[in-house]
Amino acid sequence: MDLLKVTIDGIEIEVPAGTTILEAARKIGKNVPPAMCYYSKLEGSGGKCRTCIVKVSQGSTKDPRPMPKPVASCRTQVMDGMVVLNETSPEIMEARASVVEFLLINHPLDCPICDQAGECHLQDLGYAHGKQKTRYEFKRRTFDKIDIGPYVQLHMTRCILCYRCVFTCDQITNDRVHGVLNRGDSAEISTYIEKSIENDFSGNVIDVCPVGALTDKTFRFKNRVWFTKPVNAHRNCTTDKCSGKVQLWYKGNEVIRVTARKDQWGEVEEFICNTCRFEKKETTDWVIEGPAKVDNKSVIGQNHYELSYDKPVVPPKISLFADHPSFKDDSKFIN
Amino acid sequence: MGIKILTKDIDVPGIQNFQVYRSYGGYNSVEKALRMTPDEVVEEVKKSGLRGRGGAGFPTGMKWSFIDKKSGKPRHLVCNADESEPGTFKDRYLMSKNPHILIEGMITSSFALGANLSYIYVRGELMYVVNILQRAIDEAYANGFLGKNILGSGYDLELHVTCGAGAYICGEETALIESLEGKRGNPRIKPPFPAISGVWSNPTVVNNVESIAAVPYIVNNGGEEYAKIGIGKSTGTKLISASGHINKPGVYEIEMGVTVEEFIYSEEYCGGIWKGRKLKAVVAGGSSVPILPANLILKLANGEPRLMSYESLSDGGFATGTMLGSGGFIVFDETASIVHNLWNFERFYHHESCGQCSPCREGTGWVEKILHKFLDGHATMEDIDLVADVAKKIEGNTICPLGDAAAWPVASAIKHFRPEFEWYVTNPEEACKPGAYYTGDKLVLA
Ligand SMILES: Cc1cc2nc3c(=O)[nH]c(=O)nc-3n(C[C@H](O)[C@H](O)[C@H](O)COP(=O)(O)O)c2cc1C
Ligand code: SF4
Ligand code: FES
Repeated sequence: MDLLKVTIDGIEIEVPAGTTILEAARKIGKNVPPAMCYYSKLEGSGGKCRTCIVKVSQGSTKDPRPMPKPVASCRTQVMDGMVVLNETSPEIMEARASVVEFLLINHPLDCPICDQAGECHLQDLGYAHGKQKTRYEFKRRTFDKIDIGPYVQLHMTRCILCYRCVFTCDQITNDRVHGVLNRGDSAEISTYIEKSIENDFSGNVIDVCPVGALTDKTFRFKNRVWFTKPVNAHRNCTTDKCSGKVQLWYKGNEVIRVTARKDQWGEVEEFICNTCRFEKKETTDWVIEGPAKVDNKSVIGQNHYELSYDKPVVPPKISLFADHPSFKDDSKFIN
Repeated sequence: MGIKILTKDIDVPGIQNFQVYRSYGGYNSVEKALRMTPDEVVEEVKKSGLRGRGGAGFPTGMKWSFIDKKSGKPRHLVCNADESEPGTFKDRYLMSKNPHILIEGMITSSFALGANLSYIYVRGELMYVVNILQRAIDEAYANGFLGKNILGSGYDLELHVTCGAGAYICGEETALIESLEGKRGNPRIKPPFPAISGVWSNPTVVNNVESIAAVPYIVNNGGEEYAKIGIGKSTGTKLISASGHINKPGVYEIEMGVTVEEFIYSEEYCGGIWKGRKLKAVVAGGSSVPILPANLILKLANGEPRLMSYESLSDGGFATGTMLGSGGFIVFDETASIVHNLWNFERFYHHESCGQCSPCREGTGWVEKILHKFLDGHATMEDIDLVADVAKKIEGNTICPLGDAAAWPVASAIKHFRPEFEWYVTNPEEACKPGAYYTGDKLVLA
């Protein structure tokens, strides 16, 4: 197959036609644009949150003109000879900081009581690009909490409308009962007439949600995630299409949560069924494989705070945290 | 009197009926086009220099030539009759008074594109227009101009009229397509563009009512004849929806190239500012285009008169110019409040944002709230810069141009009328009194 050459922040890589800028950056593994709505496993996702924007300073070898506006790297395909600026473009860093500002102005910032804290992508994003002080002085938008079925709670106030859960329900589960009501800043995720979602795979919406808007009712307020210990495990699951490969989150000897396994970009590797997720909470239900690594990007996950006052923080450098002495030793993550 | 193309017969009694319309030469372009090849029709439209009347002014012939004919998929023409831009009301006028001109244009244009199934998507609030169009379509079917084997040519066309549910965003062409397909009206992320994948994933052209209604004249008289009308790259005539503080609000068909001054002050058009007052500002192309103070709308930076044309209105870029847009010409007299008007526009964009992308969803509401502080008398000097900055952060970073449409009015109002914003900050009691208006004579060139 023909390979196309693309340069991102000065690093060159060759990728097959059809690859997006974001996927190319992930292949390089450095200066990867943050993605809050794109999800490689969900068809049609991306393009909405605008955090992954980059500047295309040269369209292609054939047509070297720059693109006039920032583009969403998750939905823009690479052309041969394309030159992309991400973290090396001050304009992009500024535009990204504004997107983060927009995402946060109506966010409740209730991390101290949110189950997602510690594994929340918005928290990481805010840490990397957010400002210390808000310029927003108005009342923040709120919604009532909604129980969607026995296992999942929807806390719309925290939602960033990434549409991932909508795509998940549409593509992974059998019924299309989950969607968006209203528009603009009144838009909300909802299920059909507040119907509960009763579907073998509905629990996956919890894993794809980048923030704490969809949480696991069987885990709510049980513990902070950074006090729990993830372990890879599997079982011979009989549900059609369920891989049975999970992460068990231990507190002492007790399994207090079961999730799908996630890759280095925070995406679910293989979706799991509700039986595995909500009903198998004994060690004896599982074949234990061993400790799982935790994404070391998460700020709280590593108990590592660094404040910079009043100016946007330096671009996120994964290595910044990986180099930290407390992370040299993997066992630290799981204690 | 300038030449009239679209509104020539609009006041003929009974022109809504097929027979009357036909007796005035109606549907001749269909007969003529069916004797040509589709590509020849496209060629005439290219030669005419016709530019899209929906707002962006994209050359119609060129748009038609982009439609994917190679894939062999069915093709569609969609008429954008969602007209909801504040200040714009020309399409509904044309459709309700002379529906057959649109139906004729739809048939001729669909033939040129090789479309056998086409749609007219009407704004949800205009149910009466849907009924008028449906009646006209029924008549066209009954007379053999629609349906199978039109006039024995072998060409088939089904034409449907459908309506939205009341959302401005459904005027954006890909949101319109989603809505037409029965889905939530969210703009699609492009590419792919409709010319490759539009309605039902088939190649599609979306055109404004007025663009399509101009096609019969072009086919009947030839593209070159049409190109002789107008000025420069602004060929033909344009419907202008004139509103605001003028003596004669209404829809006017102008030959492009008329001076702005003549348009505002002559008896043939707006008839001057009402109550003998002075002109303060104009929004020349619908609510999204930059607002200009009187001196800049009447004259170019070099002192020459500004004309009603794409090029002349945008002369000077966004520093001293604006855009023709959809032709929604809103006039403000000296008593109008620029600040209040801006808030009103932004309230609209906030209400109409679809909510998909973060900058528009969150930014439009924020802008509206900050502007409301001025009306409440609570604004500070910092708020002027803040609202300009928030608007700037929306611009250019959204999925569809609604974000830009919300940002441009803010930037231009503050650029050209900053002292008035400051007056709201320094003299809130005075400024917020009902009927008070800013008289500081500081409307100088930036
Ligand atoms: C928010 C938004 C609203 C729009 N509303 C309309 C509309 O009501 N009518 C219209 O013809 N075009 C509207 N447009 C422009 C269309 O997307 C499209 O460009 C146009 O229909 C193309 O037709 P034309 O080439 O004949 O101008 C809108 C665009 C945006 C971004
Ligand atoms: S710019 Fe506004 S209207 Fe357009 S897609 Fe984004 S949120 Fe929707
Ligand atoms: S991840 Fe690309 S726009 Fe959201």
